[in-house]
Amino acid sequence: MSILVDENTKVVVQGITGREGTFHTQQMKVYGTAIVAGVTPGKGGATVEGIPVLNRVKDAVDGYGANASCIFVPPAFASDATLESAEAGIKVIVCITEGIPTLDMIKTVRFLKKCGAVLIGPNTPGIISPGKTKVGIMPGYVHKPGGIGVISRSGTLTYEVVDQLTKAGFGQSTCIGLGGDPIVGTSFIDHLRWFGQDPETTGVVIIGEIGGTAEEEAADYIAREFNKPVVAFIAGQTAPPGRRMGHAGAIISGGKGKAQDKIKALESHGIEVVLNLGQLGKTALQVFKNS
Amino acid sequence: MQKDFVSGLQPDAAKSVPGPPWVVKAQIHAGGRGKGGGVRLVKTVKELEDAARDILSHPLVTHQTGPSGQKVRQLLIEEGLAIDREFYLGIVVDRKLECPAMLFSQAGGMEIEEVSAQHPELVLIENIDITQGFMPYQARNFFYALDPLPDRGVLTELSAIMSKLYELFIAKDCSLVEINPLILTKSGMLVALDAKINFDDNALYRQSDIVQLHDANEMDELEARASEYKLNYIRLDGNVGAMVNGAGLAMAIMDVIKLAGAEPANFLDVGGGASEEMVTNGLKIILSDKRVKAILINIFGGIMRCDVLARGVVKAAKEVKIHVPLIVRLEGTNVNEGRAILKESDLDFSVAQDMEEAARMVAEQVR
Repeated sequence: MSILVDENTKVVVQGITGREGTFHTQQMKVYGTAIVAGVTPGKGGATVEGIPVLNRVKDAVDGYGANASCIFVPPAFASDATLESAEAGIKVIVCITEGIPTLDMIKTVRFLKKCGAVLIGPNTPGIISPGKTKVGIMPGYVHKPGGIGVISRSGTLTYEVVDQLTKAGFGQSTCIGLGGDPIVGTSFIDHLRWFGQDPETTGVVIIGEIGGTAEEEAADYIAREFNKPVVAFIAGQTAPPGRRMGHAGAIISGGKGKAQDKIKALESHGIEVVLNLGQLGKTALQVFKNS
Repeated sequence: MQKDFVSGLQPDAAKSVPGPPWVVKAQIHAGGRGKGGGVRLVKTVKELEDAARDILSHPLVTHQTGPSGQKVRQLLIEEGLAIDREFYLGIVVDRKLECPAMLFSQAGGMEIEEVSAQHPELVLIENIDITQGFMPYQARNFFYALDPLPDRGVLTELSAIMSKLYELFIAKDCSLVEINPLILTKSGMLVALDAKINFDDNALYRQSDIVQLHDANEMDELEARASEYKLNYIRLDGNVGAMVNGAGLAMAIMDVIKLAGAEPANFLDVGGGASEEMVTNGLKIILSDKRVKAILINIFGGIMRCDVLARGVVKAAKEVKIHVPLIVRLEGTNVNEGRAILKESDLDFSVAQDMEEAARMVAEQVR
């Protein structure tokens, strides 16, 4: 099994006629994702990769049964696109866009919670249930179907981790990029809860980084309620305070968000933390094999 | 209150500001200036000149500038005021609760992180619903926790300052605004003695007036060049140059370098989907850092293909001579094509099989 997306997921791509939108639509199609429609306001009637382009998300839901969306529109319009999806009844919204203002996202996330929609991102590589569907921009071929859930705040770093897992013999049930921004739609805890209920997920890898306190909160949750084995990695042990390390959300500010504090919180709850990324595959082998 | 900004040493600067006493403050884009010796109280013109000369003569080091400090180009000269009370007032984004939060404290003048670590009860917090804005009851929640309670007139003014500060936070897409200290003078006046504002980089496209305030002098020279190339580059204090695709992976590689016993000279993320040109520019920036003694390139080809990276490296090597050992680790999409391109070039480099080996190899070069 998997969480949130699977072979029944029908995707509408918002911003399908843009360069990124078109390229990744083609990539997703090659992976086997069911893309039922694209949306670019004003370009309704066109086709991209044989997929119909519509003017409104609501038409993709009503006419084509779309139940997930993947957003590639520029930052200034991404909040609007996200809200349109939620209002149209889409329940899993993946926002790839990087560079959305924080205050826009505070308002957007607040509205989405009311709609009961799940937002993955923004500033995310997306979500993939290997062998079933990928809604995002990750390289599909490094993944393999299996029992490990992966939750990450990063992009390329996640591909590296997944590659190590696959090479160590562990396929993945679902891999999620939470997004690299300070305000994102879902937390480690949301996905841990879903992975906890998924019988085929046997263990979880969480990949955190400096900034915020999401990893500390995850550590508390795991200690309290999560019964499957967890391996964690935190990027940024050598990051200086007060500097934004690429991701808008990767910043140590006001003494909060240090890698050391996160590692300590996880370890104090008995969670295995890999300090050297090169050893993640080996550690996963030890932790997951015995379970 | 009267004050005057001056650049460099100007003997007459204080004439227009009432006093003595005066306060001389270094103007740099970093906090912790008082502790670093960048804020001085002076009682005579002679003292003022001495203080100004001293502050301007060397880089100011605070906990926010890094060990090499920041060059001081401008001073602020203020009237010295008789202080009755010092408050802290600030607004940040609470990432966990996903809302703006206003912080108020009667322990102003100190760093708020310290107050909140040692006396959390002295830092009052009101979370703000972004659809409602900052409400009067929230100001009252702050006021009635104060001991002693200030006069009604002061409270009315404080309340207005809070509302305006929140308006500013929203209107200008701030990620932090703080007034510290916000003082109450003995004559009953509220004065913002120092303030700091951070802006959300993601929102600068709609804040053109803020973009104009950008001062390249306050940036590291290489960082300024990198930002022109749209590269995520941060200069650090070590001697191992690193080029990586993806921010999370770049941080992880810095950590691996450190674990191998060396120190990274920089953070450089050429982007998950970097182009040949970005790779070339990135390598040029690393090579112009004189402290760099060895370079590690780690690319996990996903969206970015390894052959693109390899072509970028070869191109950069043609334009700038690579004068330090280069270690390359490639993995992912088109890895064999990438390795072949590097091999067929006349570049002198070593290939690492995995990132641990790469870090070990690069650490050996700088030992």
